[in-house]
Amino acid sequence: MQADIFVKKKRNSFLFLAVLAAVTFLAIIITEYDVVKGFTSLPNAIGWALANFYPTQESLAKLPDILDKMIETVLVSLAATTVAAVFAILFAILGSNTTRVNALFGSICRGVATVFRNIDVAAWAMILLFSFGQSTLTGYFALFFGSFGFLTRAFVESIDEVSGNSVEALRATGASYFSIISQSVLPSSTPQMISWILFMIETNIRSATLIGLLTGSGIGFTFNLYYKSLSYDVASLVVVVIIIVILGIEMISNYVRRVIL
Amino acid sequence: MEVNEQISAQRQLLKTRPHNRMKVKPLTKSAFVTRITLFSLAVLTIYAFFTFDYKDIDFVDAVLLTIANLKAMFFEPHLKHFTFSHAFYQVFVTLGLAFLTTLFGAVIAVFLGLFAAENLSSKWISTMIKGFVAFIRAVPTVLWVLIFAVAAGLGSVAAVIGMTFHSVSYLIKAYSESFEELDKGVIEALQASGASFWQIVFQAVIPSSITYMISWTFLRFEINFAVAVAMGAAAGAGGIGFDMFMASGFYLDIREIGAITYFILAVAILLEVFATKVKRKLKVNA
Amino acid sequence: MTALLQVNNLTKQFGHDAKALSDVGFSVQEGEFVSIIGPSGAGKSTLLRCINRMVDATSGEIMFDGVNVLNLKKKELKKVRTKIGMIFQHYNLVNRLTVIENTLHGKLGCKSTLSGVLGLYNREEKEQAMHILGLLGLDDFIYKRADQLSGGQKQRVGISRALIQNPRMLLCDEPIASLDPNSAKVIMDYLKNISVNMGITVLVNLHQVDVALKYSDKIIGINGGQVVFIGAPKHMTRADIQRIYGSEAEDLIFDAGGIHAG
Repeated sequence: MQADIFVKKKRNSFLFLAVLAAVTFLAIIITEYDVVKGFTSLPNAIGWALANFYPTQESLAKLPDILDKMIETVLVSLAATTVAAVFAILFAILGSNTTRVNALFGSICRGVATVFRNIDVAAWAMILLFSFGQSTLTGYFALFFGSFGFLTRAFVESIDEVSGNSVEALRATGASYFSIISQSVLPSSTPQMISWILFMIETNIRSATLIGLLTGSGIGFTFNLYYKSLSYDVASLVVVVIIIVILGIEMISNYVRRVIL
Repeated sequence: MEVNEQISAQRQLLKTRPHNRMKVKPLTKSAFVTRITLFSLAVLTIYAFFTFDYKDIDFVDAVLLTIANLKAMFFEPHLKHFTFSHAFYQVFVTLGLAFLTTLFGAVIAVFLGLFAAENLSSKWISTMIKGFVAFIRAVPTVLWVLIFAVAAGLGSVAAVIGMTFHSVSYLIKAYSESFEELDKGVIEALQASGASFWQIVFQAVIPSSITYMISWTFLRFEINFAVAVAMGAAAGAGGIGFDMFMASGFYLDIREIGAITYFILAVAILLEVFATKVKRKLKVNA
Repeated sequence: MTALLQVNNLTKQFGHDAKALSDVGFSVQEGEFVSIIGPSGAGKSTLLRCINRMVDATSGEIMFDGVNVLNLKKKELKKVRTKIGMIFQHYNLVNRLTVIENTLHGKLGCKSTLSGVLGLYNREEKEQAMHILGLLGLDDFIYKRADQLSGGQKQRVGISRALIQNPRMLLCDEPIASLDPNSAKVIMDYLKNISVNMGITVLVNLHQVDVALKYSDKIIGINGGQVVFIGAPKHMTRADIQRIYGSEAEDLIFDAGGIHAG
């Protein structure tokens, strides 16, 4: 009886730590992770970066090219997101439990979105590389598929969250399906949806860098070019440009969110 | 039918009071910004399509080819260059990378999260950490990995450390927000009895937010699995992602990509189902 | 007999012109039950928090057990705080932990950082916690989670957490303002009991005049950050109440039985 809860708690935390240690150990072995190198590489990397990884005067000459590719990347990400959003709205309305037409169709819509979401954009890029080659469209469609899956799920949640009661209220007045969607569901979930779209654009610019590396396009390709040729000064300039662009877009999105939410 | 009635009723209204239309929706600042945002997105999207580098690709052909490829991928998957057991093992390698990344990220984020939470730290330190988080997030994960690869060489060390950065930034935000939900009074009560900062952290702050922390950490693990697949492909981190990269770029075997995609999908969906369960259970207990 | 607590010329200023307390002075004897009453925003809460330095006073002197609290360094301040228990309007318990764990939190101040962090309590401390919970009629709730308790029960856990500190004095900030009349009476009876039987000094902020009149050895009335009345309940007149509460007074006198929040 004497404070058995403390014994139990101690046993639980001990068990938790033991399992955690075991899994960590397994993970270290299976991934061939070198623990010592893990600790030493951090100061090494910082030292290296301070010595080599900063833009120089000469690298600035490449700035126009870099900006060109950056703008291309931003536009690809943005276009992929907006078009994906249009499709996602359709699928979300059909997939949401509050606005679906029927249960079977709703499950199918959500299922399609789940498949698209769970195949990473990098995987999409490698699949699309077969048919679209090293063109902008490979990246565009990879981002499109990934965004479509993600936005559908996010939009379903927004619709469920916002419009449960108001849909019921409008149904009670005898409003038709389409007028409920256009007068209640869409207006009330628009702010959330815009917020998700802006989030997706930010995410896609980061993903576009990765896809560019894999498919040879956009800013990712530019980085890889200079990185592989050991021109670390230009590569660092690319990183600086990416940082500035992403922080800038984040600032705009935060402003928009603050006003509309 | 009803729509028609509405429209005709509206027309009636417009007819009788042509110059005095009542505005149902006044143009507020938020409505204005919403419209500007949507309009800019639309214009930029159209502009984007004009500037794309299409490289003389026949769009219709490419789409048809994609559909054929997807069909081959999903309906005729096979493993030729890898064995089933090899692919199965590589899935665990990827899971291992994701696990180590999540673990390191979580440990670092707990400490930084405490100093980022405004109720536990000073405004100044909190702002500084949040700035640091924004900076980390601005650099794509793949670049973190590649930058570390210069010092540590391509492989699991560079991949895990590189991926840890975004995990840290994500979890700092998640943890510090759940820390901030703790009532200020509880902290005050323990301070009043003479408890020290770390005692308050471990006896009040963490016990109060542990369920949220677990669910956010698991969510991040789910994300890290996808990231680890991508890093395997793009930064030579190994695991199933690297196999996919080889099947795509080296063996050019779309059916093998299909088989690998099924492996990835199975794990990802399993993790998602599990995450939903965890979240639901936590909600009941919270 | 020397006073356990002696407050002299205490002033607290927020920002430039807002004076929360000005020139407050009073003394409290060992074992005394003292109520501080006044309208909302009169500075009761600030006054109480100045005593254990949860709020730093602008100027003045607070002598507790022979030392000036305002001059203490961080470490000495912690030591003084372990001798002063505090009880809050909203109980301020960690909801997800059990009653006994919340009670044992009162011991953190006199434990090493590490054993406090790990939550290692020895047998003696656990027995003391159970003993105190027994005194407050919480035997059946020892292993219940704090969020499963009613308001009155939560406040009793709050009192247990303060008592396990073995305090010389309890500071109670509106302890019954969030409770229904029955629970409020139970809590006040416990506090009175603690002061009479354990000899612990109790300093309590109250909103209700009738409760203060019934339980206190001494009443301090403040209004606008200034002390406007000090004396025994029997010396308190209608005019005094008028002075303490200003325009609110009429309601209070005719509605003396009611319990108002906040």
